[in-house]
Amino acid sequence: MSQSPRIKFILGGLLILGAVIYLIASSTQANAQYFMTVDELQAKGASIVGKNVRISGAVLGDSIQYNPQSLTLQFTVAHVSGDNAEIEKNGGLAEVLHQAVVDTNRAHLQVVYNGPKPDLMRNEAQAIMTGKMGEDGIFYADELLLKCPTRYEQAVPEQSQQGN
Amino acid sequence: MFADFGFGVLVITFLLSLYGISAALIGHFKKKQAWVESARLSMLLTFPLLTLGALTLIYLLVTNDFTVKFVYDVISFDMPLYLKITALWGGQSGSLLFWSWLMAAFATAVTLRKWDRDREFLPWVVIVSCVTIAFFLGLNIFFENPFAHFWVSVSGEIFPATFQPANARLVTLDEIGNGTGLNPLLRHPGMIIHPPMLYLGFVAFVIPFAFALAALVTGRTDDRWIRLTRRWTLIAWLFLSLGLVLGGRWAYDVLGWGGYWGWDPVEIAAFMPWLTGTAFLHSVMIQEKRGMLKHWNMILIILTYALVIFGTFLTRSGVLSSVHAFAQSAIGPSFFIFIGVTFVISVALLIYRWAELKSEGQMQSMFSREALFLLNNLLFMGILVVCFWGVISPLISELLTNQKVTVGPPYYERAAGPLFGALLLLMGIAPLSAWGHTTLKNLAAQSNLQLEKRYALAIARLLWKPAVPALLVLIGLFASGIRDIYALIGLTLAALTTSITAYEFWRAARARSRAQQENFFVALWRLAGRNRRRYGGYTIHLGVVLMALGIIGIEMFQTQTQKSMAVGENIQISGYTLRYDSLAQFPSEDGRQVTRAVLSVFDKNGALLGELHPRYDVYPSGEPMTIPGVRSTLADDLYVVLVNWEGVSEQTTPFKIYHNPLVNWLWLGAFVFIFGTLIAAWPDEERETIPAQARSTQAAFQPGD
Repeated sequence: MSQSPRIKFILGGLLILGAVIYLIASSTQANAQYFMTVDELQAKGASIVGKNVRISGAVLGDSIQYNPQSLTLQFTVAHVSGDNAEIEKNGGLAEVLHQAVVDTNRAHLQVVYNGPKPDLMRNEAQAIMTGKMGEDGIFYADELLLKCPTRYEQAVPEQSQQGN
Repeated sequence: MFADFGFGVLVITFLLSLYGISAALIGHFKKKQAWVESARLSMLLTFPLLTLGALTLIYLLVTNDFTVKFVYDVISFDMPLYLKITALWGGQSGSLLFWSWLMAAFATAVTLRKWDRDREFLPWVVIVSCVTIAFFLGLNIFFENPFAHFWVSVSGEIFPATFQPANARLVTLDEIGNGTGLNPLLRHPGMIIHPPMLYLGFVAFVIPFAFALAALVTGRTDDRWIRLTRRWTLIAWLFLSLGLVLGGRWAYDVLGWGGYWGWDPVEIAAFMPWLTGTAFLHSVMIQEKRGMLKHWNMILIILTYALVIFGTFLTRSGVLSSVHAFAQSAIGPSFFIFIGVTFVISVALLIYRWAELKSEGQMQSMFSREALFLLNNLLFMGILVVCFWGVISPLISELLTNQKVTVGPPYYERAAGPLFGALLLLMGIAPLSAWGHTTLKNLAAQSNLQLEKRYALAIARLLWKPAVPALLVLIGLFASGIRDIYALIGLTLAALTTSITAYEFWRAARARSRAQQENFFVALWRLAGRNRRRYGGYTIHLGVVLMALGIIGIEMFQTQTQKSMAVGENIQISGYTLRYDSLAQFPSEDGRQVTRAVLSVFDKNGALLGELHPRYDVYPSGEPMTIPGVRSTLADDLYVVLVNWEGVSEQTTPFKIYHNPLVNWLWLGAFVFIFGTLIAAWPDEERETIPAQARSTQAAFQPGD
């Protein structure tokens, strides 16, 4: 059977290509996370309940409640823009976070997170949360990252403040 | 003014590399050797000059000259000397200078090699290297000057600038006070050597790329460029691998989240050139041995270069910073243009020479060595596509749907996991295919089977013996209660690859020891010495298998628990019992406020195994650092983190405890891996001396003529 060997290599190559595309497509589908701001999340309403969402907001210092026994952390975040250019235009991240916390008209979101309170959990920190929206309008975070822009100018990999 | 001197050095080196490019172009097109030599000499000077520049910056760091913005940003009075020196790569502009400096070291080294047989490559190697150096220096000069001063305006405002602005005066040391200090997370041995290793790996890949382009431009498209750069490529690859492993070790030791790799875009940025580089290392062998895959090798090295620059771009430009804490900078567009231009030129050259890179042979069977290497390449490319898609999908989805969608670690694990598994299997079969070829000849005589079946049969014949131990491992794992299908597959594959590789060593060494009447170990040693590349490669494979063992262990069998404990309380995890004994707070020598807990570890029978000391340090600047307490054995790691000291009630302290089975093999495997690479890359005396001999005999003849 000395048919052109080319054919079988092309077929084999296509097979691998197909497998890779399938792996990528199905994994993307299963693990997609939507980046949203607090405004966008609340605009979606019930349609977003149960989906993987990654959201960022400014932490309101007064709202932080932490129970070290049950390791339950509750806090409220205020809407901040997700657009970098806009943040820069308004005086940088530190300033934007400060404005968000001070402005009482901003959309607020209540967050519950199970785990130890991260070191950087404080007023005017930027919280980047991954989790799902509950039907009760509370955001249940599985993962919580915090940034304090006034402190860190340097590059810090994101896991530095990660909790699971 | 030292800072101005340093800036001057950068400008001069920048102009010098521009001169080198022009001289090399003139030399090439006018066929004037003198111009090429002048270009070579100018590239030779880049390293001494940039050494001067880097030393100037180090001097400013060591002398605490806080009037320089970069110094102010990365160090403070209280930092130890070695950290002040390594702070050179602790910030954006310094790390760019560091990049150029290392690049210049390789560029200068390459000018010093013997060029007699490869004169035509020289101008183009100079051009590619100098363009790269000039680009990075340009970034330093025009956007991110590490030597910028602080100035005080008339209104008393302090701001940074390179040159003295109108009506402003230089800031005094008193006005500035103490510097910010290096981020505590970066004050770790792993972080001190991790960036240089990674950068060395990055810049060293520029050299094979330069030779590849030289081959394309000059039309000398045989495998000469590959033979010349084989060792450069191996060294680049070794450094890049080391950089990645050290980065993982740093994350494990410092970040306190129980893992070593988080599929962060920044990590992936460094991983992608490694993938193409690894594929390249494999496929060049096929070009050398069989004259095939020539286009493919060119594509791989062009991709590797583009990904090296792209990797630097991702970490340095802030393009992904909407969610990742990386420095904002104006250098993004420049990177983008540079990658685009170099990529388009390289691809255009490749298309121009496409016909000349015709394959000298054709693949016969799906099971031949060539086909398995090609498969290996396709799998690496597959992982690359998985990674690339993961990194850019937020940007693409935002562009198309205005909705930012990202993918996390589960995506990478699910999509790339099967491909890694396939690579592991392939690594095991690879040594057999070498034998497969010879066994095939024996088999061919006695059978009239089809080619494919003969190849398959030959491999099967060689496979069954080493497969027995692997099967035993599988049975053993199953008997011990492991039911996770992926873990079973992974561990069995690891066992199979190990046993095939060991069998391969044993078989070849035994054959030699019989034929040469040598002691078995002498035979093994000489065998590896004779064919360093092959046996170095197999040793690397063994290292990778050990690393895979560690990765499977921590990824699939990690358990974790968390609890707030009072002194005297116990917690159980995976058969261990940890007792919380005490907590102490004290200042350390360098001004840190240390909170340190003591936990006793007991095994199943209640025997004391040792103590763990998780810590929570707060630096004078207020920055905290969580240092895990780790008990590390070959079987498993117990990893305890003292979480969040601040918000703890007086009676209890919250702990997070991880049980990481087998993770130590990841680091041990890395040592085997390094050892294997050194075997493969060790200079071959025989081959290197041939030209030297030829020259000396020539010289000997001359007087008599």
